[in-house]
Amino acid sequence: MDQERPVLEMRGIVKHFPGVRALNGVSVDVRPGEVHVLLGENGAGKSTLIKILSGVHPAEAGEIRIDGRRVRIRSPYHAQLHGISTIYQEFNLAPDLTVAANIFLGREPLRGRIPGIIDRRTLIRQTRDLLASLDMPLPPEAVVKRLGLAQQQLVEIAKALSFDARILVMDEPTAALTSHEIDRLLEIMRELRRRGVAIIYISHRLDEVKEVGDRATVLRDGEVVATVGVADTPTDDLIRMMVGRELREKFPKVSVTPGEEALRVVGLTRKGLLHDVSFDVHRGEILGIAGLVGSRRTETVRAIFGADRRDGGRILVHGRDAAIRKPADAIRCRLALVPEDRKRHGILASLSVTANITLTALARFSRKGLLDLRRERAHAREYAWLLRIPGAGLEGRVDLLSGGNQQKVVLARWLSCSADVFLFDEPTRGIDVAAKIEVYQLMNELVGRGAAIVMISSELPEILAMSDRVIVMRDGRISGEFKRGEVTQAGILTCALGGATEQAIPPRNGARA
Amino acid sequence: MNAMSSKPNGAPPGAAFIGSHPPNGLWSRIGMPAVLAVLLLAFGWANPNFWSATNAANVSRQISALALISIGQTFAILSAGIDLSVGSLLALVSVVCAQQMRDYGVAAGILAGVATGGAAGLVNGVLITRANVPAFIVTLGMLVAARGLALTLSGGLPVAGLPRAFLVVGAGSVGPLPVPAIIAGGAFLVAHLALSRTQFGRYVYAMGSNEEAAILSGINVVKHKILVYVVSGLCAGVAGVVLTSRVVSGQPTLGETQELYSIAAVVIGGAKISGGVGSMGRTFMGVLVLGILGNGLNLIRVSSYVQNIVIGAIIVGAVFVDMARERRR
Repeated sequence: MDQERPVLEMRGIVKHFPGVRALNGVSVDVRPGEVHVLLGENGAGKSTLIKILSGVHPAEAGEIRIDGRRVRIRSPYHAQLHGISTIYQEFNLAPDLTVAANIFLGREPLRGRIPGIIDRRTLIRQTRDLLASLDMPLPPEAVVKRLGLAQQQLVEIAKALSFDARILVMDEPTAALTSHEIDRLLEIMRELRRRGVAIIYISHRLDEVKEVGDRATVLRDGEVVATVGVADTPTDDLIRMMVGRELREKFPKVSVTPGEEALRVVGLTRKGLLHDVSFDVHRGEILGIAGLVGSRRTETVRAIFGADRRDGGRILVHGRDAAIRKPADAIRCRLALVPEDRKRHGILASLSVTANITLTALARFSRKGLLDLRRERAHAREYAWLLRIPGAGLEGRVDLLSGGNQQKVVLARWLSCSADVFLFDEPTRGIDVAAKIEVYQLMNELVGRGAAIVMISSELPEILAMSDRVIVMRDGRISGEFKRGEVTQAGILTCALGGATEQAIPPRNGARA
Repeated sequence: MNAMSSKPNGAPPGAAFIGSHPPNGLWSRIGMPAVLAVLLLAFGWANPNFWSATNAANVSRQISALALISIGQTFAILSAGIDLSVGSLLALVSVVCAQQMRDYGVAAGILAGVATGGAAGLVNGVLITRANVPAFIVTLGMLVAARGLALTLSGGLPVAGLPRAFLVVGAGSVGPLPVPAIIAGGAFLVAHLALSRTQFGRYVYAMGSNEEAAILSGINVVKHKILVYVVSGLCAGVAGVVLTSRVVSGQPTLGETQELYSIAAVVIGGAKISGGVGSMGRTFMGVLVLGILGNGLNLIRVSSYVQNIVIGAIIVGAVFVDMARERRR
């Protein structure tokens, strides 16, 4: 199976994003008929690397060779011409079109000489042939949105392979699939491997990696740690390579003696998503929530905050039953949600920084129905100063600020309405190191003043360093809980990944009392 | 000079650029006034009558109804919605107002007219927020239905026989100021305050800029959206009453395509059709541009057919300039 000559070589790839070095001289080669796994924590650079390979981002330095020849990949279309097909985490299908129409989108067989008229019969036949050759039992004329997730995934794969792809890139293709569906997918991957397709595979599920991977390249902080044979490397070693860094002085954690209970969640349930989630947080405490992407941590805090429906469970704030049905109720209970997707859920891009900061506190500047704009601005200035948001641009649009400063604006909004239970969802995602440290210091200040913090994070070092306690979620359930001091990266990963030990972990009652 | 431009003009001191282009852009401060000045000078040069007090009074009388419905349209568009029903509402309001006035007197007629507009707006708002039908569709339906209702109520005929006293609303003057201009100017002032200085106004911007984030910030989006369409309906109600007085009858054919001109006024003023950006002052400029253009082209004897071509080009051109500036940032 192993042929010496790689079909794809990436050499010394470098890529920066504003404030971060995403990739620093990364080299990977992939042989025909090989499943090459990319491993690493979130933010290690895996996705950036495949986006460069598939023409989404240009590399700043380094070269890509296919069959030994140097190529420049300028666009996703261009990548397809070179035989590289990519399946991203999110599906790129048109949900209202049929399977056949999706697979041959943009390349429909035409009828005769009249331009633009699709030859439907040929389209269906080609689709049927393709699906048969892949042994995929899909009806060509089914509308995609009526298919299950796994079948949609198969459509993506069929589409990717219909380009005669020799290099198939799969970015967490199993994140949304059930275990049975995953088995089927792995089977198809083995078949592709037999045919000599080179597969680059990203997954956090180490059991799958063990099952289907040939070699693995471990990335950490944008650099290659090692490329190893999967079969002769124990799982523990892989995990160690992924995380094995000393925590640097990036986390200025200050411990506070926890006070009384601030938030208690009992049996939070949402049909099909969240199952009996229970935990509590005390004043002065940071509770970390770890878990894989898709473990429904965001759904959990959104349900607590009243942003999503709840089907069961109670929420107690400061010991009292809180009837939270919409975000306004949560805010009245002095809860605050700092959302993961800042652009979509956090900032109001076309409004000024001032208007963004004061949004939840406007009632305070109202006199006989009219806003006192001078007092509003003074308030915004004060909080901008407190959080070190550049004061010069307070009347300018908020989206002119950097990502870190935008995040601080969202925080300022919550501080403005004296929230004291904070639900942080990936508070430092996409912001640079300096701004991260400021956010951590702010969290320290908050707990120092008696606030309670729930922090979702996919960055294990952040979870480990900043949390007083950690709960781990998996598939909408709490799969583990650790006190500070007991918690290790391997422990969290084991609970988060489940895999072979899935049944070994007893369902935990997160509440301590 | 123009009787209307002195008072209810945009951006008094203290009005922050809440949901607007960055205030540092030179164009956003003087662009529109500059365009207006050029229009005024050009038309004045071409026809000296353009500058007369009579003509200024005429222009302000002509554009007052458009000005009023453009106020409502500004709220709707700023909140990332739209109100297509306002043109037809003018007709419905006019018929209801005239019929009630004929039977129960001036006050009852005015009240019934304005209330009809508000009620139609309430229906729009409730359907948009509670039934989750897009604003475009709901108000499109209302556009068709309100016209039908106006024709049904009136039997397709004008409603005549209005009291003389009522004519003051459309034809009267206070000193040099025509009454419709005073009403429209006053409404602009109130709307400007509501938009820039009240929680409601701020929430309109917030909903239009990012509805998800607004909800997560605890804003009662349903309530404030309904309010937006009620306000727009009320504006159409007042405008309908003014128009009824000007034509001295209830007219079921009134206001055709006026909803489109109100949208044009808002976007010529520089509001973003996707919401969150714009202001009352800017809409006011947009209304003036449309009004002065129509009047000036008339005075220099450009046929109304050609006028439409010019106005169409200006609508697209204004937005093109805005987009081009945005891209350059």
